[in-house]
Amino acid sequence: MRYRSRGDCKKQFGEASCYSMATRTHSYKQTMLKIKNLHAIVEGKEILKGINLEVAPGEIHAIMGPNGSGKSTLASVLAGNPKYEVTRGNITFKGKDLLEMAPEERACGGLFLSFQYPVEIPGVSMVNFMRASINAQRKYRGETPISASEFLKMMRDKRELLGMDSQLVSRSVNEGFSGGEKKKNEIFQMAMLNPLLSILDETDSGLDIDALRVVAEGVNRLQTKENATIVITHYQRLLEYIKPHRVHVLYDGKIVKSGDPELALELERRGYDWIVNL
Amino acid sequence: MVEKQYIELFEQYREEVDKHSAEGMNRLRDAALETFKRTGFPTTKHEEYRHSNIAHAFDADLGLNLRNIPVKVSPYDAFKCNVPNLNTHLCFLVNDRFYGKVRQGELHKREQLSKIKPDYYDKLKQEEPLPEGVFAGSLRAFSEKYPEQFEAHYGKIADYTGNGTVAYNTLFAQDGFVVYVPKNVTVEKPLQLVNILRGGVDLNVNRRNLIIAEENARVKLLVCDHAVDDVHFVVTQVTEIAAEASSQVDLYELEENSTKVTRLNNLFCEQQERSVVHVTGITLHNGFTRNNYRFKLLGEHADVHAGGLAICDKKQHVDNFVFVEHTVPRCTSNELFKTVLQEEATGVFRGRILVEKDAQQTLAYQVNRNLVMSDKARMFAQPQLEIYADDVKCSHGLTTGHLDEEARFYMQARGISAEEAQLMLMVAFTRDVVDMIRIPALQERLVHLIDKRFRGEFTRCGNCEICM
Repeated sequence: MRYRSRGDCKKQFGEASCYSMATRTHSYKQTMLKIKNLHAIVEGKEILKGINLEVAPGEIHAIMGPNGSGKSTLASVLAGNPKYEVTRGNITFKGKDLLEMAPEERACGGLFLSFQYPVEIPGVSMVNFMRASINAQRKYRGETPISASEFLKMMRDKRELLGMDSQLVSRSVNEGFSGGEKKKNEIFQMAMLNPLLSILDETDSGLDIDALRVVAEGVNRLQTKENATIVITHYQRLLEYIKPHRVHVLYDGKIVKSGDPELALELERRGYDWIVNL
Repeated sequence: MVEKQYIELFEQYREEVDKHSAEGMNRLRDAALETFKRTGFPTTKHEEYRHSNIAHAFDADLGLNLRNIPVKVSPYDAFKCNVPNLNTHLCFLVNDRFYGKVRQGELHKREQLSKIKPDYYDKLKQEEPLPEGVFAGSLRAFSEKYPEQFEAHYGKIADYTGNGTVAYNTLFAQDGFVVYVPKNVTVEKPLQLVNILRGGVDLNVNRRNLIIAEENARVKLLVCDHAVDDVHFVVTQVTEIAAEASSQVDLYELEENSTKVTRLNNLFCEQQERSVVHVTGITLHNGFTRNNYRFKLLGEHADVHAGGLAICDKKQHVDNFVFVEHTVPRCTSNELFKTVLQEEATGVFRGRILVEKDAQQTLAYQVNRNLVMSDKARMFAQPQLEIYADDVKCSHGLTTGHLDEEARFYMQARGISAEEAQLMLMVAFTRDVVDMIRIPALQERLVHLIDKRFRGEFTRCGNCEICM
């Protein structure tokens, strides 16, 4: 893990975020996320059957696998979705027991899930939703609520980063958004919240090629040496834009193969059957 | 039988009742008495009252102020109303009597008030008169000033020969509030009527409202219900709306009563061609409430938009009954009723739509959504569509359920606590009903009040520090 100098940090993030970034970095120099022998069930059915995975700051991991292999379950378990029950194993995030934390504590600690199916919340405006989220996270870190002007500037900047229509952010959360707009909105929220660990669950599905590029560029721009990303995807396509350091193949609730980015290309060529029949 | 004592009371004190009422009101009392003797109050044996026993409320030993003894009140009470600073033409009813606008002699009280609320005082000082020909005042004064209008409408829209509660109200009502807007006149600034309930003993109050909008007239009225004293009140209210051709009438009712208040509200609205009526009732805090809304679309291209929101906890009870009658072609009705129930509250919604044979090309929509937050809360909901025309678009949607867990998790996944997410979702749930209100300042205020309500920051009305 390379340590970013305070000066660098200041240039990129401004004085305020520099301090918290530096202190955050110290506490988990080795791995950010450590998953050990994770088993999870949903509605009585075992989906995850012993996952092991380590993610360090600065890394991008891709998790691929056929339908029903457990990719989204892994994402949901990491975010703390109460529908899933962990039966064995453990997860540490920044040295803390992740499974002991409520979903909101995980988020405040810097974990972000880009939902495969973002939820529509009629009656809650994007503006109020983002303000509530940011202030909840600031409060958790012992910071004062964000000022109105700072917030508006941030909204504008991040919106432009994703090329989002200004109309969208004045509407209710995801309500009436197209599939592509919903996915963009996930990455917009990621940009607003500046997480340490982002899990992108099938963010590419439902995106046309232009939207895919915009979303991928957004993700790349947010990637730094301090934060990490787990990209869950079905196809190799997204990985042409977001270059992973490691690729893992998930099959029947286990990681059956890990390798360098070449693995993704091989999968694309030979299909998942090749892995299954190994 | 609980009715007997009221019939005897009426027969014994009829002279007193008549003496303090407008002559036109007295003329309906014989027919009302006959109805009331025949029907009595509705009980749970009546299909439409299956979940709300009205007669039960009258079991208590209730006083009636038949001799019109003045009730001590200061306009200060009205300022406790939760919807101040709205820039309205403000009027008061104290119990069932019209109190009038704040009078000159009370200016010193206002001055004291100005120390607490300077901007409100300033607004009062600048109060503009109503447009010429517009009447906003007591029924009695109206019957003297506009006898023809009074005769043409009072008791003509409300069904006092069929409905026991309305008959009872017609029997005992002695005064009320009238808004009359003549042809082609628009009242720009909303009118606000604050109903104050005051009393030292348990009281029965019978209040009557009449809204007349002549051809192409426009008016918006906000009615706030407000119990000041901590005694039992049983309030019957009958509101008649005559919306003549191309008129626009907005009526918004906000109830913030204590848990000791029983509110039996009957609204009757008749609409002529191209009239547009918006009625939204918000029950923010109450005891036992029954709202009957009856809309008759009598002229083509008439539109009605009816909204309702009830927020209940403790053992509060809200029963909204809506009946829309499409009698002629090409009218639109649009209903949106929502209920949020916590603790041991009970909610009832019954929505009846009748499309008569000739009412072709009717558009009738009804939506009822209910949020039940506790295992002990109960919701009863029933849509009832009777369609006799064949070229119509009618739809109804009804859901009763718990909070959207997926939405809550989504919010938590962004760092918002479970409790805060729940609050935000409950407020959001009410949003589209609030959006039906066409007074922006009132919308804003309501969003704020609803948020406070869910946060439990006001538990009882009458000492509303929040608007101080």
